[in-house]
Amino acid sequence: MIAETGLAALWLAAAMALLQLVGGLTLLRGEGKLTPLIKPAALVQGALCVVSFASLMWLFYVTDLSVLLVASNSHIDKPLIFKLAGTWGNHEGSMLLWVSVLSLSGAAIALLEKRIDTRTLNATLAVQAFVALGFFAFLLFSSNPFERLVPAPVEGAGLNPLLQDIGLAFHPPTLYIGYVGLSVAFSFAVAAMLTRQVGPAFARAMRPWVLGAWIFLTVGITAGSYWAYYELGWGGWWFWDPVENASLMPWLAATALLHSVSVLATRNALRAWTIMLALVAFAMSMAGTFLVRSGILTSVHAFAVDPERGSFILALMLMYTSLAFLVFATRIGTVKQGEPFQIVSREGGIVANNIFLSVILAIVLIGTLYPLAAEAMGDKISVGPPYFNKATAPIALLLMVALLLGPMLRWRRDDLKRHKYWLVGFFAISLWTGVAIWRFVPGVGIFPILGLALSLALAVAAWVPLKGRKLLRTPLPVFGMVIAHFGLAVSVFGMAAESGFSRETLTALAPGESAKVADWQVKLDDVRPVVGDNWVAIEGQLIARKGGKKFTLRPQSRQFYRPEQQTSEAALLTRWNGQLYAVIAQPDENGDGRWQVRLWWKPFVTFIWFGGLLVALGGAIALLGRMFRRPKKPAVNKWARV
Amino acid sequence: MNRPWLLWLPLAVVAFIGGLAIYGLVVPKDDMVHSAMVGRKLPEFALPPATVGIEGLSNRDLADGKPRLLNIFASWCIPCKAEAPYLDALKKSGAEIDAIAIRDKPEDVAAFLAEFGNPFRRIGSDSEMAVQLKLGSSGVPETYVVGGDGTILYQHIGDIRAEHVPMLLEKLREAQ
Repeated sequence: MIAETGLAALWLAAAMALLQLVGGLTLLRGEGKLTPLIKPAALVQGALCVVSFASLMWLFYVTDLSVLLVASNSHIDKPLIFKLAGTWGNHEGSMLLWVSVLSLSGAAIALLEKRIDTRTLNATLAVQAFVALGFFAFLLFSSNPFERLVPAPVEGAGLNPLLQDIGLAFHPPTLYIGYVGLSVAFSFAVAAMLTRQVGPAFARAMRPWVLGAWIFLTVGITAGSYWAYYELGWGGWWFWDPVENASLMPWLAATALLHSVSVLATRNALRAWTIMLALVAFAMSMAGTFLVRSGILTSVHAFAVDPERGSFILALMLMYTSLAFLVFATRIGTVKQGEPFQIVSREGGIVANNIFLSVILAIVLIGTLYPLAAEAMGDKISVGPPYFNKATAPIALLLMVALLLGPMLRWRRDDLKRHKYWLVGFFAISLWTGVAIWRFVPGVGIFPILGLALSLALAVAAWVPLKGRKLLRTPLPVFGMVIAHFGLAVSVFGMAAESGFSRETLTALAPGESAKVADWQVKLDDVRPVVGDNWVAIEGQLIARKGGKKFTLRPQSRQFYRPEQQTSEAALLTRWNGQLYAVIAQPDENGDGRWQVRLWWKPFVTFIWFGGLLVALGGAIALLGRMFRRPKKPAVNKWARV
Repeated sequence: MNRPWLLWLPLAVVAFIGGLAIYGLVVPKDDMVHSAMVGRKLPEFALPPATVGIEGLSNRDLADGKPRLLNIFASWCIPCKAEAPYLDALKKSGAEIDAIAIRDKPEDVAAFLAEFGNPFRRIGSDSEMAVQLKLGSSGVPETYVVGGDGTILYQHIGDIRAEHVPMLLEKLREAQ
């Protein structure tokens, strides 16, 4: 019954979406009899999706094996938390999550948005429903999560062991909320073009949604990176895997959008560009979903390789993006040029930010699609970290240079002379750091050196916008910006330190033997078998010593059954200034009783994710500020002043 | 806007990417990795015997003037078991076959040969897959046609089936 309830709710939700779309179309032609229905329909659609998703969760909770999806992705022996996570750890469930988030965003707009005029609001809801409708069709016609299985099996097949991790419980939903949250920006942008309302009011209405989606994306990417770091056991934290790129690209577009929408909101400039970014951001989100779900590019994330479903998502994605860009091409000409500004100004700084972010986005996009293009021309190529690192690092560093100065500039027009002491100061910090590293630590590459130098300068520069302000009267968004920029400095510091100063040792050890990595003396004390809920493992006990202190690490090599798979669980020892990372592997076949042990010392590596979380925290603070601001007064005042 | 064509650029980009994606979905994927070594001399290697009673294999053993097949296999590989009868058929038709056993144990190789028969002249043991990688082989089983001078002439990826037997014999004859 529960499964049928879920399915019925899904059909009804689709009907609500259709109603909104039709209502929206009549609105365009100026009649609008159905218009009053759009808002309630959006709310009901959201509620129905909650019912549907909750039904699926319940089925996974009770492990109802008569449902095909549960039977093929769960198992009666599985720990409860992973049973629940199984709801979205598969194709159908994750698409249901996708569309549920989409509908809930629509409901939230209907409920909360009071700043834009009703016409644009209704158009936004109609566009949102139009997008949802395609994905409802996808679920109902080709990916029904509630399909029954006759006869029902007794045990269930299990879940990819790599995914049996607490990280999984939160990583995909977080990213999805971010991805789909950008649909709101998309809908707003299309609606504003259709109703010709591209201006500061529209930007102010859109901004919290972009900010919200962006926070989730930031957290999702940060968490995903950490998950890959400790779960995959390769010692890296970013692999430029197509699916990682698929999450990075919407983030880059959203970051650019976040900044340009501020310009539009405060200064009424960059109109067409902001619209463009809103469209690109969601197009990238859909592309990400497509890449994960079609298996078109080989990736550790491409779980459901199914060309038919891939074609369906591709068709949806192409339809929405093409229609949106068609509206853009035909309508944006009617959007008037925004307010002018000089190059040296806050706007100029944000334009620089946008340009650099867009270039990085283009580099990542080209690198991700290149293997596909090459294959079309008969070549087999995979594009890896060497390309991405080399191509993006210089642009990212330029972005940091722009960021040193940008936030302290005035709107519209400024003079660099006004900031000369700061400029000299930043230059001095960077130069001093760079030269010191270059002089005293041999063999460090140019990018790590520049990264460290610039991140230290930025760690100072980030706080400058607070100078001369009364802290208690400073608006929350300013604090948010400062913290986010500081977080970026922290994160880049971690990246540069990790890439410049990591030390690695790969060795075979018999119990009792030791190896050395950086300043650490690591002894393999013991190896013993351990048993988990649905796996067995060998566990190494490593004693790490440094400066008279002693720590124990226990890396595992796990053998899962149902389905059979081997994974390595890295053991991490976290110190304030870095992490000791240990992986153990099954011994050689013709073994002499030695175990392969791989050790890394990664200085300041935790700063990468800590910084990422700070960036998200900054976003959250800014969002709070935007949400609890008395809607009219400050914005109008600010606007009137310039 | 003074450059209206610019406005259509995003749409064009979408169309291009869409075209690529459609191509990627529609055109069947060739998941095989073809060796870049075909047409070149065998790399230097000298592998220890894979099991008792059969000699190991070096690249010089393959460059003694007679064209041979070089089979890459493993006792733990199911398709290798499936192709065993056809290797046997090849041997009966006069082909000489050398082999490299990948990540294998002597007792497992012995058991494999006992069960499926031994079509091989020599078997080298490549416990670390080092030679396999040098040959440009990405999996088991694969079979190379090696000329009498030690040049790799042809790479057959996957198990040998009945229809491949005459083709491989023909390649060997051409190599004479």
